[in-house]
Amino acid sequence: MIEDRKRPPLTDDGLDDSVLERHLSQTWSASPGFWGALATVDHKVIARRYIVTAFVFLILGGLLAVAMRIQLAWPEARFLDPDRYNQIFTTHGSTMMFLFAVPVMEAMAIYLVPLMVGTRNIAFPRLNAFSYWIILIGGLLLWISFALDAAPDVGWFAYVPLSGPEYGPGKRADIWAQMITFTELSALAVAVEIVVTVFKQRAPGMSLDRIPLLVWSMLVMAFIVIMAMPAIMFASSTLILDRLVETQFYNPAEGGDALLWQHVFWFFGHPEVYIIFLPAAGMVSTIVATFSRRPIFGYLPLVMAFIATGILAFGLWVHHMFVVGLPRLGESFFTASSMAIAVPAGIQIFCWLATLWLGRPVFTTPLLFVIGFIVTFVIGGLTGVMVASVPFDAQVHDTYFVVAHFHYVLVGGAVFPLLGAIYYWFPKMTGRMMSETLGRWAFGLIFLGFNLTFFPMHILGLQGMPRRVYTYQPELPWAGLNLFISLSALVLVSGFVIFFIDALRSWRSGKPAGPDPWSAGTLEWATASPPPAYNFRRIPVVEAREPLWSRSEGLAVTKGLQVDRRELIVSSVVEALPEARESSPRDSIWPFWAAIATSLMLIGSIFTPWAVVWGSIPIAVTLIGWFWPKGTVEDTS
Amino acid sequence: MKCNSILLLLAFLISGCSGAQSVLNANGHAAIALKELILAIVLVCSAVWFLVMIALVSALARRRIRESDAISERKATVVVSGAVGATVLVVSGLTIASFHTTRALSEAEDPELTIVVRAQQWWWQFTYVDPRSTETFVTANELHIPIGKDVRLRLESGDVIHSFWVPSLAGKQDLIPGRENILTLRAERPGVYRGQCAEFCGLQHSHMALFVIAEGVADYERWAEGQRRMSVDPSEAEAVAGKAVFMARQCAACHTIRGTGASGTTGPDLTHIGSRRTIAAGLLENTRGSLAAWIADPQKLKPGNNMPLVPLTSDELRQLAAYMEVLK
Repeated sequence: MIEDRKRPPLTDDGLDDSVLERHLSQTWSASPGFWGALATVDHKVIARRYIVTAFVFLILGGLLAVAMRIQLAWPEARFLDPDRYNQIFTTHGSTMMFLFAVPVMEAMAIYLVPLMVGTRNIAFPRLNAFSYWIILIGGLLLWISFALDAAPDVGWFAYVPLSGPEYGPGKRADIWAQMITFTELSALAVAVEIVVTVFKQRAPGMSLDRIPLLVWSMLVMAFIVIMAMPAIMFASSTLILDRLVETQFYNPAEGGDALLWQHVFWFFGHPEVYIIFLPAAGMVSTIVATFSRRPIFGYLPLVMAFIATGILAFGLWVHHMFVVGLPRLGESFFTASSMAIAVPAGIQIFCWLATLWLGRPVFTTPLLFVIGFIVTFVIGGLTGVMVASVPFDAQVHDTYFVVAHFHYVLVGGAVFPLLGAIYYWFPKMTGRMMSETLGRWAFGLIFLGFNLTFFPMHILGLQGMPRRVYTYQPELPWAGLNLFISLSALVLVSGFVIFFIDALRSWRSGKPAGPDPWSAGTLEWATASPPPAYNFRRIPVVEAREPLWSRSEGLAVTKGLQVDRRELIVSSVVEALPEARESSPRDSIWPFWAAIATSLMLIGSIFTPWAVVWGSIPIAVTLIGWFWPKGTVEDTS
Repeated sequence: MKCNSILLLLAFLISGCSGAQSVLNANGHAAIALKELILAIVLVCSAVWFLVMIALVSALARRRIRESDAISERKATVVVSGAVGATVLVVSGLTIASFHTTRALSEAEDPELTIVVRAQQWWWQFTYVDPRSTETFVTANELHIPIGKDVRLRLESGDVIHSFWVPSLAGKQDLIPGRENILTLRAERPGVYRGQCAEFCGLQHSHMALFVIAEGVADYERWAEGQRRMSVDPSEAEAVAGKAVFMARQCAACHTIRGTGASGTTGPDLTHIGSRRTIAAGLLENTRGSLAAWIADPQKLKPGNNMPLVPLTSDELRQLAAYMEVLK
């Protein structure tokens, strides 16, 4: 053990590989046992927890979808009463958006970004640990309320005045709003970590034009989070204020405005779609390059398209409000901007197609999911162009057409790439391969089941079936398609069951993967699978966009990092020239306690405003513990 | 392979249905223009999708020829740039088409008729506004309009946000508390067009339908004339007794029957309820039996709605239903 602080610092200069590994693993590993697990700040461990948690929420949200499909299979079915149905569709949407899609994408970033940029831990690792506990508790809040038959019933969009004090009695809407606060807090924390990790912790030589596309997409996603989340934070806080202390932000009778809610909600809500989609685009870019066996075609246009999407994302929100009665000129602007986002989306699709065309595709399961993604996402993108038109939208808005559209975008556009990404990076995360056979079955059933379930919904929408109805009357011509959709959903579910069986089985007893089973080009494959606590024995020096493809005789590495304390390299933003050696925080139990204290305050404030006052005392105490100075050197140039 | 043209094919099959609540069964001036736009955009987008799929299949399945990477890359650059250019052209074209339709649908300058639509959980109130205030009348859940005339709807909400949507006649428009929106309807053909609330508005959002009855001007005038009249005084004994029950029980506190002492405004105006096709916002066909069933327990048929269960004997129930039925 390295306890004697007066000894000269031990660096990796000239250390034998095995000696170096022993030192690093002593310095970086979490202490064993329960408290060690709670205190760990290893980005890989936290990301794994995030991913598993998010997939559990996916299963729960999926079960709710099944319940809805049973209810809608027949006209005037009595499987669910309207109150339960409204709770279910609200919890389904909120779970999928806030507890599955956003966290799982951020979790992939938490796992992959530090490895792909060649550093030893994410920036602000304790904040990272904190963010996980926060989202876990936020998710539990929603689901415990669901189990108690007190879940929110106002939709994932919680329009006022339905969610306001007058029409939303009880605590249901407060639970929704506070669940949002939890997810915002965690998403913002992760976004800041990603930005700093990408800008300041890249391996020497990884200049901006050598950053892997997945990392670029995560970076843009993080900026969108930082700019979009404050809007929803404002929305959910003012809603709680209206409900708890009778402010009148949204009450027209007292000078408030019901439409204000929709503006702030969608100012967040539309970029939210790109928060989910951009990481998926990064995954697709990675998988396409690896299995085309060549570098991606159009690296620069792709990066520009990611950034353009991120910027345009903030100019589209009104297309969710085309039927609220805004001035025509304003609506026309938003039609044009919503159509315009098809251009960067098109650039991405064309670059991926060109890469496949130029390369020699190897049809593994990850690539199959990407092909399925292209087929379905293009449909979702084109129906997106349709609903961008004000007159088109006037007919299909709030109908099943829109339900079909956004499931094509979110499931086709984000979940397919995510499943491909799980097959792709599972070996890195667990050290074991998933089954190709089961993978093909899972892909086939999910692809077929998804299209059979959601494509007919376009038609239902044009036939006039509105969204969010718990039932429909027998004289309406919707029963046949609804039954067909409900049956098709079973195919989709069976595909997911196979996926989960494959994942669980492979985790226990899959074929050992080795460091680089796909012969991929990016840095995460330069270390063992699963990577050791310190990620890389020596920090690599990057000389190309695909460092592992451009060198035959192994990577150049840096030296000079201290091994007896957690230390990593800080580099410059543009060129990634090494600037300093910085210490990386040690494990700490305080982020856990801070999350508990924050949660108590947030949940308490659903019931009384005094919770904010008294609840901030334990938060202050835990933060003091968290930041208590330990007298270590911060960084050394 | 599943394809978008199935959608088009089905679109034409579906459009045969009559009286349905369908975008493709367009019988209003606006809905017809929208249907044309929708079919045009769907057609263009389907073509785009097929082109992308052809590109995908050929990228995956093409025979790999020996060609220097530099030449292939250059070819790919040209093709990708062309595709991006085509994307710009297509979305620009669609944007212009969309603006064009929007302009064609601007508000009518000089409407024949103005109706105030007031949505509430979970039914529709229609006030036919007449400059001579005595000629103004109120009805619920059933809107009669003359064909070929511009009808101006002033959309208001009594509680939460709702959305007025009769797809066969026009696109939807929200009713928002504290705001007033305008929607112009013009039915081109006579018919009964169903619509329903399109913005989630709580427990019974699913059961908030309405019917628009578009009829010839003479028929419309006859109907309007009937609606302006006070309610009929029942002559048959059962209905007379029913009227007494109505006035004695809580009914009159929420409902208006013009020409009687009942002047409540919480629930629908019942002056001519016997002339409507449905009750409870399109939930049930209007028959004596369904009226009785509804009054006996509104919460069973439409859980959560604002009409309370009023305890009545079976005789009183029968009498009340008989009275409702004669209110033509």
